[in-house]
Amino acid sequence: MAPCLKHMTVAALLALASPATAAENAAPHPSGPPLSTGFKFTEDNGADLYTAVCQGCHMPDGKGAIGAGAYPPLAGDPNLAAAGNPVSVVVNGLRAMPPVGFMMSDEQVAAVVNYVRTHFGNNYPDAVKPEDVKVLRH
Amino acid sequence: MRDGSGSGTAVSRRDLLSLIGTVAGSAAMYQATASLGFAADSGYRGPIALSGDVRGASVLILGAGLAGMTAAFELRKAGYNVAVLEFNLRAGGRNWTLRGGDTYTELGGFTQACEFEAGQYFNPGPWRIPYHHRALLDYCKRLNVALEPFVELNHNAYLHAADAFGGRPQRIREIKADFQGHVAELLAKTTAQGKLDEAVSVEDKERLLQALRSWGALDQDYAYKKNLISARVRGYAKGPGGGLDGGVGAAPVAGEPIELADILKSELWEYLRNFSQLDFQTTLFQPTGGMDMIGKAFANEVGDLIRYDAKVTRIAQDDGGVTVTYVDPKAPASPPQLAKADWCFCTIPLSILSQIPIDVGPRMKAAIDAVPYASAVKIGLQFTRRFWEEDEAIYGGISYTDLPIRQIAYPNSGLNRRGRGVLLGAYIFEGSNAYEFAAMPPAERVARAVALGAQVHPQYPAEFENGVAVAWQRVPFSLGCAGYWTEKARAEHYGDLCQIDGRIVLAGEHASYLPAWQEGAILSSLDAVTRLHHRVVKT
Repeated sequence: MAPCLKHMTVAALLALASPATAAENAAPHPSGPPLSTGFKFTEDNGADLYTAVCQGCHMPDGKGAIGAGAYPPLAGDPNLAAAGNPVSVVVNGLRAMPPVGFMMSDEQVAAVVNYVRTHFGNNYPDAVKPEDVKVLRH
Repeated sequence: MRDGSGSGTAVSRRDLLSLIGTVAGSAAMYQATASLGFAADSGYRGPIALSGDVRGASVLILGAGLAGMTAAFELRKAGYNVAVLEFNLRAGGRNWTLRGGDTYTELGGFTQACEFEAGQYFNPGPWRIPYHHRALLDYCKRLNVALEPFVELNHNAYLHAADAFGGRPQRIREIKADFQGHVAELLAKTTAQGKLDEAVSVEDKERLLQALRSWGALDQDYAYKKNLISARVRGYAKGPGGGLDGGVGAAPVAGEPIELADILKSELWEYLRNFSQLDFQTTLFQPTGGMDMIGKAFANEVGDLIRYDAKVTRIAQDDGGVTVTYVDPKAPASPPQLAKADWCFCTIPLSILSQIPIDVGPRMKAAIDAVPYASAVKIGLQFTRRFWEEDEAIYGGISYTDLPIRQIAYPNSGLNRRGRGVLLGAYIFEGSNAYEFAAMPPAERVARAVALGAQVHPQYPAEFENGVAVAWQRVPFSLGCAGYWTEKARAEHYGDLCQIDGRIVLAGEHASYLPAWQEGAILSSLDAVTRLHHRVVKT
């Protein structure tokens, strides 16, 4: 923004703003999907849930990340073979991982577990059902 | 008043308390304690004194955050041989401030360059110090960290809900005064109608009515309505002026209170507890110039003991001592280094410690593995001018909203000056949105915060310059914001976490009942230092 505009009032700025000025000043326009509106997640399919929740730590490519500690990769993770494992981790947490399934319905947990078990190089055909989730919640 | 035990002429406050305790029992003790102002404090008893011969014992401290540096400071003073290993290239840990010129790389490799103007800053971690956090305040005093007030309640800041009042933010003072006024009126009516006669004596009834009139800004008929009585609390439609006030008249004009039903429906009353809870009651403090002034002050004292860029990969112990293996995180293939000592004082967050092989018993290991780490996101935004002050008369404090950004916090320093300002454009703690923001690339977090914040401050898009966004799940040195204890986990594991296991003791906010507070880190550290020292001196 040009220095001479700095001390102008909002009204004056808005009156003056040409499309070019507005574009120059505006933050990059958010492009992602809508955010949840309450404490719980509102995304309703596996891909959206992964993008909104899991990839914060396990990353967009499912390969995890390493710092002072690590977030384990989900890509090619043998612990996913038994479907009960990931379901239990999602609903009950594991060590530092919070029980994010607490903020999801049984259907959502099943959807995101099924997504992880069929993406990132994983290929487990036996789909988890919401009933399978219910029984594993502590 | 130095010593009350001998002469009988002067009695110190603590002597008085122990006397009361002896004579009258603990209930009286508590009452006296409370009235003398101790009981609401965090339990800090003043600087610790570690006496006795430590016979050259060595302590290896893991982590140079506030817990680790408190231990380094106190243990060296007591005569120990102290060394500290730290993962980062700086001291402080979660006590952290970002300024222009800083770069920060989060997990996943996203790097942000902070472009704030010189003098502007943003605290991604802790940002306020309650007056009852006496240990932290004492270290600030001893280490000459300058403090200034942190404004929690600014009556002129906003409460906002996207679906209430047509999405228009409401001044806190109006919601607070009107809610209180309407409730007082209701209760006064009920009292006057005799409906409380069973609960309130005849004499108290009159007193209660007087109190309600005073507390709720009611008129002589115990009504809360548009008049200068309520206006003196909730604010005026037109404030008192001078002279003839340009011809419109200088006399104040009252405004119409918001209907109780509208306040109830808006649910904005829910935010009022943010101001009433003990942790957020006036006075709160912040270090002048950024929260990391505390970490830097500690590092001035103990920085010579710290080895940076040291990632711990193994914590071993046997009868002879502890051996900690560490590597350079920037060169993970380089040969591991060993550090040995008689004792290990470990302040590594449990999110990371739970992944490090450590020789402790099954109970402590179970405790280390029992604590999930909370998700939190903070976003700092720089604007070309302090429009919240210039246009809206908001000087410091916090606006609350039900939008995903949850809070907008205004700078508490540099008030009423021309030029740029940095505000906290989001503080999201737990819940769906904290995860969603953490899962976005940093630039997207900033863009979202600007777009959402514009619903509260329409000046945002025109005045925004740049921002930085810290999602604590992606912070490489903590993998989360703080230990998120459940009551069940506390009951099962807290005691085990706080034991000395052979030659290893843990400390940090996770080993306290003040999770996520710096006071918790320091109190935990002082307690662990004291117990460790007793063990050393006795053996």
